[in-house]
Amino acid sequence: MAKTLFDKIWDEHAVNTIPDGPTQLYIDRHYCHEVTTAQAFDGLRNRGIQVFRPERTFCTPDHNVPTENQHLPIADSVSRNQVETLERNAKEFGLTYFPLGSECNGIIHVIGPENGLTLPGMTIVCGDSHTSTHGAFGSIAFGIGTSEVEMVLASQCVLQSKPKTMRITVDGKLAEGVTAKDVALYIISQLSTGGATGYFVEYAGEAIRSLSMEGRMTLCNMSIEMGARGGFVAPDGVTIEYCRNRQYAPKGSEWDKAVEYWLSLKSDDDAVFDREIKFNAAAIKPRITFGTNPGMGIAIDEKVPDAPADASAAASFADALAYMGFESGKSLLGTPVDYVFVGSCTNGRIEDFRDFAKIVKGRKKADNVTVWLVPGSRAVEAQIRKEGLDKIFYDAGMELRQPGCSACLAMNPDKIPAGKLSVSTSNRNFEGRQGPGARTILASPMTAAAAAVTGCITDPRTLATK
Amino acid sequence: MMKEKFTTITSTCVPMPAENIDTDRIIPARFLKSTSREGFGEKLFYDQRFDANGNPIADFPLNNPAYGGIILVAGKNFGCGSSREHAAWAIHDYGFRVVVSSFFADIHKNNELNSFVLPVTIPQDMLDKLLVAITADPTVQVTVDLENQTIKCDAIGMEYKFEINPYKKYCLLNGFDDVDYLLSRRDDVVAYEKKSNK
Repeated sequence: MAKTLFDKIWDEHAVNTIPDGPTQLYIDRHYCHEVTTAQAFDGLRNRGIQVFRPERTFCTPDHNVPTENQHLPIADSVSRNQVETLERNAKEFGLTYFPLGSECNGIIHVIGPENGLTLPGMTIVCGDSHTSTHGAFGSIAFGIGTSEVEMVLASQCVLQSKPKTMRITVDGKLAEGVTAKDVALYIISQLSTGGATGYFVEYAGEAIRSLSMEGRMTLCNMSIEMGARGGFVAPDGVTIEYCRNRQYAPKGSEWDKAVEYWLSLKSDDDAVFDREIKFNAAAIKPRITFGTNPGMGIAIDEKVPDAPADASAAASFADALAYMGFESGKSLLGTPVDYVFVGSCTNGRIEDFRDFAKIVKGRKKADNVTVWLVPGSRAVEAQIRKEGLDKIFYDAGMELRQPGCSACLAMNPDKIPAGKLSVSTSNRNFEGRQGPGARTILASPMTAAAAAVTGCITDPRTLATK
Repeated sequence: MMKEKFTTITSTCVPMPAENIDTDRIIPARFLKSTSREGFGEKLFYDQRFDANGNPIADFPLNNPAYGGIILVAGKNFGCGSSREHAAWAIHDYGFRVVVSSFFADIHKNNELNSFVLPVTIPQDMLDKLLVAITADPTVQVTVDLENQTIKCDAIGMEYKFEINPYKKYCLLNGFDDVDYLLSRRDDVVAYEKKSNK
């Protein structure tokens, strides 16, 4: 019977299926960060057991870390304790740990691919919803809770009910100035913040194929923002070239064997998906959000829409606009911006800083804007310097910070103050996400750059790139 | 390791009609720094419950003394966003044992089940009626019977058979957890690894 790629990878990792219950799914790769794991390690200690397959779990701190002076101890003692707890747990249970400041450190979803730990056809989990990022490689990657982290540590398996399958095809070519982030924000706005709940998404079509691995990671990263368990892109030549020579990727004849297998990973031509959705790339413009979930988005030159007809939805819509201080029927172009944040597991990779630099080059930061440029990893930071992008930022009056989750989620010193408006390349515009009372507009690095140099919401297509 | 067993619950409800309540709202990230599972209830819905000076915001349902009970009734798409299980721990630690909505986000629903909170999904029109009833009359009681998978509210003549995965139902009724189950299947994992050249 014809199968989707999702079904093939899932079935290959099914150890057991409980009658009328979930699948016992084998996990190839498990990532740990400091926020969602301490209680799981405590669970192992309470049960008196070890990690079952320690070589399959990799740990690094990212959420709590400051993005300045990383050579100093973390000033916030509670944050420091959480990071030190992860380090202690990794040591006690024999897991690989990439400490703060080390070459391999960075946001877990950035360093996994960079180090060749994320590979096609794998099952990958982490106590973090943006684990969906790794779907860019054609792997089944999804976020889990801490109880499930404990399951993986204890047995290398999780119990999961099998999601339905959805294929989202984006045909045609993306216009100049339209990035993977805009594609993601467009799709989410069409499906809504819960529209893909219960599904695993396969992204397909010419516009998706044309994305770099960085772009595919951005797209798959945002899958969770429409409720999907995860989303992936079947491996192709672009995937293989990205993986080649990465530290943990197979080498020699093992590599050749792996490539042959990876290139075989695709949905059968006549495979049936539970839901099929098609979009045209030509309809996608640079996107921004206007509300308090990622589904509340518009093209940058559109007006804020009217409230939905449904009464309870209308009430939530009104609350969102009141929080943001925006009005239906008005354009956001020209709205003054206080902060610009470039970074996170969504847009903290080298291509994102190249996009940002294209617009910033030869221009100056607007006086009313504070700009935080936070590379997703040490390797991204090094590449920025190697390419001289840091010089472009410096000349524009902007400084590069050190890697970490930073202002994406207000768990470290990088918080947007109450009432301030931020244009952010991160993934969530929830109330208070970037700090209590902070107001967030999600956008691509190019749209963020346009805001950084003009001081207001500006269509990046109106600024010449260099 | 799960010790509690789920029995039939009859309680008044706390209404939380907003849609798309994300887990950042249920518990903001800055409160996730603890390394234990306890104490998160104090921080439940913190930024909506308290103002910048830490004073309770009077019209927020958790601060309204009229409302109480161990059943939270929430708008559509409850628990979207971050996978933080701390959100489910906060709901449990505050005292809730059931969350009723017309739609739950995937990861959060699993987290509730793993944290001994029962997510009960009911149709949207039923949820709308229930929210109106419990908001207008805080003494209205709801009964959730896991064994028979029913939710009942006599005040509005509601009775509904809700869905739950039979395995998870068994775990909740008997106080079993998934790690116990998986540990009992380690031999299968070893056999799988051998067969699949892992």
